[in-house]
Amino acid sequence: MKNVELTRQQHLDLYYYMRLNRAVEDTMVKLFRQNKIVGGLYSSLGQEAISVGTAFALEKKDWLAPMIRNIGALLVKGVPPRDIFTQHMAKYTSPTLGKDGTSHFGDLEKLHIVSPISMLGDLIPVMAGVAMAGRYLGQKIVAMTWIGDGGSSTGVFHEGLNFAATQKAPFVLILENNGWAYSTPVRRQVPLENLADRAKAYGITSYIVDGNDVADVYSTAKEAVDRARAGEGPILIEAKTFRRLGHAQHDPAEYVPKEMREYWEKRDPILLHEKFLTEKKLLDAKTKKEIETKIEALLSKDRDFAENSPMPPPELAEKGVYCTGDDCHKIRAKWERPVAEVTPPRSSIEASWVVEGFGRGKGSGGGTAPIHFGDTPATEERKENEDKLAPATPIETVSEKVGKPAAKVSKNGARGGRSAEKRAGKDAGATNRKAVAKVAAKDVRKGRR
Amino acid sequence: MADSSKTGAGNGNGGGPVTFLEAIKQAMFEEMQRDPAVVLMGEDVGVYGGAFKTSEGLLEKFGWERVIDTPISESAIIGAACGMSYLGLRPICEMQFIDFIVCAFNQITNFVAKGHYLWNAPAPIVIRGPSGGGVHGGPFHSANPEMYFVHTPGLKVIYPSTPYDAKGLLKAAVRDNNPVLFFEHKYLYRRIKEELPAEDYTVPIGKAAVRREGKHLTILSYAAMMHNSLEAAEALAKEGIEIEVIDLRTLLPLDEETILKSVKKTNRVLVVHEDTKTGGIAGEIAAILCEKAFGDLDGPVFRVTALDTPVPYSPPLEEHFLPNTQKIVAAAKELAKY
Repeated sequence: MKNVELTRQQHLDLYYYMRLNRAVEDTMVKLFRQNKIVGGLYSSLGQEAISVGTAFALEKKDWLAPMIRNIGALLVKGVPPRDIFTQHMAKYTSPTLGKDGTSHFGDLEKLHIVSPISMLGDLIPVMAGVAMAGRYLGQKIVAMTWIGDGGSSTGVFHEGLNFAATQKAPFVLILENNGWAYSTPVRRQVPLENLADRAKAYGITSYIVDGNDVADVYSTAKEAVDRARAGEGPILIEAKTFRRLGHAQHDPAEYVPKEMREYWEKRDPILLHEKFLTEKKLLDAKTKKEIETKIEALLSKDRDFAENSPMPPPELAEKGVYCTGDDCHKIRAKWERPVAEVTPPRSSIEASWVVEGFGRGKGSGGGTAPIHFGDTPATEERKENEDKLAPATPIETVSEKVGKPAAKVSKNGARGGRSAEKRAGKDAGATNRKAVAKVAAKDVRKGRR
Repeated sequence: MADSSKTGAGNGNGGGPVTFLEAIKQAMFEEMQRDPAVVLMGEDVGVYGGAFKTSEGLLEKFGWERVIDTPISESAIIGAACGMSYLGLRPICEMQFIDFIVCAFNQITNFVAKGHYLWNAPAPIVIRGPSGGGVHGGPFHSANPEMYFVHTPGLKVIYPSTPYDAKGLLKAAVRDNNPVLFFEHKYLYRRIKEELPAEDYTVPIGKAAVRREGKHLTILSYAAMMHNSLEAAEALAKEGIEIEVIDLRTLLPLDEETILKSVKKTNRVLVVHEDTKTGGIAGEIAAILCEKAFGDLDGPVFRVTALDTPVPYSPPLEEHFLPNTQKIVAAAKELAKY
């Protein structure tokens, strides 16, 4: 059961954006093979449901920051395909005028998009800051970004998520677990069954979703966005999926077991959604054709635009290191709460969020102190820890909801693991075997229940 | 209500001369008072008022939303400040000791510094903190890491030497649309005092100041070494060597004009800094002089700097490591012979 009911139009919109996402990337593969893409080309083939489904849960005023495999999120937010083509082709007409490529561009004014950098995890504190500023200004926005299974091991992932959690920032982090950090399988990166478990360390809510089921991704993201907006603090969503191509175009990804790939090809998110829509009679041949025609026309126009665009003039390289002032950018905060609330003498220790007992209580012994945490009885602490050790946690309940595909992934991974062993040596195989043993044991337990 | 003597409210109004530290506090207080978009973030900046008490009284005055105690997470502080700036805020980030700024190196050099050039996203943030040695802080509480950042296009780097400049430059930094690194030499915090104007003022970023006029040679310096340089100039004046002392104040962008003008007059240049020698600003200045003022030079560009080692802890070791007035005097005498 989905938590959020989707309308037919929403279902069709999700379908349209996934098709558009794939078509944009297919077009770029063609451009790449014609040597028209200047640098590398990354693919989100098979992961479109995550980019599209999560970004679709945001409102226009909300902020997002894409990673390299989130072209779909950019399209949903309103970025025209031509911006993506010109970026990759390093054209003067690109959003960065040719100064950077791929999804590395943003728009502070209209679309509220923050550009990523190649170092993973850095967007997390940045988007936490966006969320905090939005709250401070009274804008009631949510900030969202994505991170991979690989990026979740960076130090700044921890710093950013922890800070966001202490601030209860309205921030949603999508952890796309596609199984591979370049050539390293997730089992060799993180000793966890579910990466969503990382949320426990920050005391924040998490979800696990089938990343190839766009409706499930959307309804989970919608719930998370609503909760974050309501002031519940940051939320982590682990979306389980698979990276169908290599790290980038240059990488044939021979380290990936064939069976694993085949399994996920059958679970293509667009095919799955199309099947669902057809069964529910939400999509007929005519509508499908209309969508395809619309995409074709748009991409053909935008591709022509990009191909016919000039390269930047060389001297542009010298320009833009500094903002020169008001003539360059008028930096003004958009207040949506009375400024007097944060201006002396009205400003006070009251804040729009409070840590219980912080800045309110008396000091020990009855003296006045600006801060008092209160006494935490040791017994309560212990009890809480015991509760945490108890087997049934909300996270596991959610994971059971999508437990099947997750388990299947690992099983296939294991079968593939043996073939991978022949190619890549026994290490990968050994890791996959361990993973399988774990999953198998879990399945048995489930069966017994 | 916080009392004004504690917070620096009303700045120098009849309050007599103020310390370097007080000047910084006044700058933050007045900027936060002037513009609600200015917020302060850092470790222990709120309840505790900062490790050196530079933000004492700000929490009481401006509240929790504007004076934010953070976890010990330098990357998160800078990252969050960057995100805040995208919505029009102007965060000031305190590094408890500037040594810890390197924990946020990637965030500063790759995210904050490159945003405007790459995707037209200015990040008006100030990163400030206590730097420098001479107080026996040891290898991790005495650093002068300014040159890591002078090497990064997109940043501005300020290192003042007087209370007047500290206040005026910090205010200018808050109002600047670019990320500005603001180094506060902790040796100066409570050792020097200056009467400050009652009215609001700023000191322009990127402009050096001539602290003493002279005709025989030019000393270029900044921060705590500025004062040693002036002391050396005073001593040598008694021996008939008239030294022009220039306070660089801003290291990036560097005020080449003032430097070149002085060299034209004195024809000899000694650069003095507390930072280590290799890769210090003195090397860069020497290269600029070779390119642009070779004909004006009567002798080589001399350097008096710290040794190329970490900052040692034990007083005799640190004393040996650091430049001082005697070393400056010796080098200046040598240079004056050309």
